[in-house]
Amino acid sequence: MEKIVIIGNGIAGVTAARHIRKLSDKEITIISAETDYFFSRTALMYVYMGHMKFEHTQPYENWFWKKNRINLIKGYVEKVNPKEQLLQLQNGQEIPYDQLILATGSKPNKFGWPGQDLKGVQGLVSKQDLDALEANAPNNKVCKRAVVVGGGLIGIELCEMLRSREIPVTFIVRESSFWNGVLPNGESQLINEHIKEHHIDLRLGMNLGEIHGDENGKVEAITIKETGEVIDCQMVGLTAGVTPNINFLKDSGIELGKGIKVNRFLETNFPNIFAIGDCAEQHEAIGNRRPIEAVWYTGRMMGETVAQTICGNKTKYNPGHWFNSAKFLDVEYQTYGWVFSERNKKEYEKHFHWRHPEEKVCITMAYHADTGKFLGLNTFGIRMRHEVFDRWLTEECSADYVLEHLKDANFDPEFYKAYENLIVAKYNTDTGSHIQTKKKSWKRILSLGA
Amino acid sequence: MNNTADRSMALTGEPPKALNLQQKLATLFGMTGMGILVLALMNINFENRALWLTLSLLAISGGIVWFSYAAYANTQPGIKNDGVMFKSISSRGFWGWIAGIALTGFYIVLYFYPQYLGLTKEGDNTGLIALFDPLSKLLSGNPASQWFVYGTLYTVAILAFGIKFLYKYRHNAYERLRTISVMFFQTAFAFLIPELMARLNGEGFSLPYYDLKNIWPLNYYNFERYRVNSFIDAGDIGLALLIFGILSIFVITPILTYKYGKRWYCSWVCGCGGLAETAGDSFRQLSDKSLFAWRVERWVVHSVVVFVTLMTTAVIYSYLGNDTSKYWLTKTTFLIGVATFLTAIFAWVMIYKREQLKKDATYGAIGYFVIIIALIGIHFFSGDGNVFLFKSEALRKTYSFLIGSIFSGVIGTGFYPIFGNRVWCRFGCPMAAILGFQQRLFSKFRITTNGGQCISCGNCSTYCEMGIDVRAYAQKGQNIVRSSCVGCGICSAVCPRGVLKLENGPAKGRINSQDVLLGNDVDLMQLVNENK
Repeated sequence: MEKIVIIGNGIAGVTAARHIRKLSDKEITIISAETDYFFSRTALMYVYMGHMKFEHTQPYENWFWKKNRINLIKGYVEKVNPKEQLLQLQNGQEIPYDQLILATGSKPNKFGWPGQDLKGVQGLVSKQDLDALEANAPNNKVCKRAVVVGGGLIGIELCEMLRSREIPVTFIVRESSFWNGVLPNGESQLINEHIKEHHIDLRLGMNLGEIHGDENGKVEAITIKETGEVIDCQMVGLTAGVTPNINFLKDSGIELGKGIKVNRFLETNFPNIFAIGDCAEQHEAIGNRRPIEAVWYTGRMMGETVAQTICGNKTKYNPGHWFNSAKFLDVEYQTYGWVFSERNKKEYEKHFHWRHPEEKVCITMAYHADTGKFLGLNTFGIRMRHEVFDRWLTEECSADYVLEHLKDANFDPEFYKAYENLIVAKYNTDTGSHIQTKKKSWKRILSLGA
Repeated sequence: MNNTADRSMALTGEPPKALNLQQKLATLFGMTGMGILVLALMNINFENRALWLTLSLLAISGGIVWFSYAAYANTQPGIKNDGVMFKSISSRGFWGWIAGIALTGFYIVLYFYPQYLGLTKEGDNTGLIALFDPLSKLLSGNPASQWFVYGTLYTVAILAFGIKFLYKYRHNAYERLRTISVMFFQTAFAFLIPELMARLNGEGFSLPYYDLKNIWPLNYYNFERYRVNSFIDAGDIGLALLIFGILSIFVITPILTYKYGKRWYCSWVCGCGGLAETAGDSFRQLSDKSLFAWRVERWVVHSVVVFVTLMTTAVIYSYLGNDTSKYWLTKTTFLIGVATFLTAIFAWVMIYKREQLKKDATYGAIGYFVIIIALIGIHFFSGDGNVFLFKSEALRKTYSFLIGSIFSGVIGTGFYPIFGNRVWCRFGCPMAAILGFQQRLFSKFRITTNGGQCISCGNCSTYCEMGIDVRAYAQKGQNIVRSSCVGCGICSAVCPRGVLKLENGPAKGRINSQDVLLGNDVDLMQLVNENK
């Protein structure tokens, strides 16, 4: 029977395994050095914060794997030998394969800062990072202050985690405003304010200069590059993005760039080796996407796709409309379609921004300056219905249409305050339009009776 | 053994589980209120009972409210689950077990040894129950009973912990409204109205104690002989109440459940649900999410439904007559009526909804149906005697002991800190099972999953008090349509990605299942989802 081996038991690898099992009887093996069973990486923060226990992060009960005949091996793959179709584990074990799926994920970026390898300096990606954090910052007596470097999604999550144990946090962000390489100004501003509400010492426009260690090689302070200010701290979180986890492939002959180079079928330069998830790098970016997408659901989608190909239905990785979501402390964020920051905005892209006068609620809608076509929407503090926006993007609806039917897309819990009328009133003022919101219609939402 | 040593030596630990100063003071304050009750229990005779009872209840509720204020006042509105898994009370630690044992003990005394609380058959009450006499006399004019003490404390718990819940979820309008609703129904319907109704009783007019929102079969004794007699003797009002009791389960409940799902009852109205959602909120994460637990749940809860149906049928049968000239409803007509009704439901499910039942559900339904009809059949062949092989009185007593006392009280509430706050609702409540049956097969309610946004974090499953593995559906893009879901809305509240929404919508497309999720290649999605 054909042997499928998957390296990595994250969302990409596990999705591939599950779908291959659904479609076939092939022999499936997953190798991971991280944990015995698949867990949801995105939930690591909740374990540290005490919202969940680690076992709650495991989406499948432990009997699931045996029942579905998915072999799990805990081990570290040291070498891949594509010529002999053989993997070598650190413990010397050799594992043959017919088809290999690389789903090794990513690791935290380190930009060569002095002291970046001291004890107490860490990222937040793996289970091991979580364990390290428990050791480095168990409470505010052992860790009197923590410094988090890098203003992205993991950075702000790490700040939230540390604050849950009342550890003072200094948050060093290179940009002049939080995540403003991605978020438009108004939104970025709103999050800046929210970060400060949570008593996080936010330092915008600053870079890490150096990390200082004590005589035991443990971090004791950092220096801020711009000001030379020294901040005493017992833990430093490096959260300036991630990079594909591919060091073990260096001499394998598999074509590498920043990540593992793949074509649209997720094939590497060897036809029986695939790469999916965070570690895969497209030869050419797909649409407005980045060549390496370190996003939960793209990993899942690549897993779904590669399973089709391996089971005989050769399928291109062809992601649909962009979407994503996150939570910044207490503020939820969702995005559908493309809304670029001022820095990356296309020349035809026009923005409409609305923010509630008191609450932490705002939206930014991007539309085409000439045609009025709807391009994308960011929301903060309002949940939106994915299916509806996906359809509007496919049907290339106009911005006016979207606003008129905005009530269809609302996904907030029942009885929540609705903001559509305020939003549309502001739009009408801004653009001199006369749009009136339509009542929510299940017929339209579910495309019934069309 | 090594493990325990290792745990205490580990570097992990000391997350924010300690109480702040105000919370400690609030606990002390609340405990003095409890202290007064304990003193009364130990037969310390208070001169001015009304005053001491007031002080006690005020201190208890004041302590709880103050505690909540101290916990949440200096925080931003949002999810407040920090440290839940570290605190011993909410993670089956030392205090969890202490609380569980104390509660269980209280229930055992309450149900089986009320004399220790001071209940006196002849003469004045003593002890704890005597302390509550002034309040009982104020409301109904009668001295207190153990049930009045229980009802009062129950209501205080729902009100005080309700305020805590309101504070905790102050950002969430659904949770706020729902909690105000259960607080209202408990205070008005379960506590005040029946007591005030008792005031109307006098010479020649007597209504049974009736909490109007307590519907059969949760209120399994509603159609027992003494109650039905007393309803009928009370004239038009009594008859109206009796008819209301019948309409509640056969007409009102199905309509509301069709429109809103069973949540309209279980987490907006019901007293058991009310306590679970307020005082029990700290324990919702303790429910068992395993597939095994779900299987046990289905068998146990539906067996209780069968049990209560048999028991009630037998009880009503036992006091009906045989003579049609005296009263139209005779033993025979009644039994035939029950059999016809059950057959109609069974036929409807098997013909129209069969594909929605799991295999074991089908077996269970067929098995139980055959048993009930066979028992009714045996009756006709064996002549008059014991319907269902047992004496109706024996059935009634067994049910009342096993289900009414042990399951709903001792295990259901006493074990909050061990098995979670909805053990009774999930495994035992026949009302929940009937509503759930309808919710699963004939309702507009669902929890919608938002396309492909789920990141499988598991907050929803962790905090589902009914032990539903919500994530298992959400990560597949499936809507959640489960008979046990009480619609508390916490899964939606704790979701960090805005994936879940409780809503009532068209029945068409309510249950969807997808192999490939939204966000992927449109063609591939169609191909895979259609070719299944």
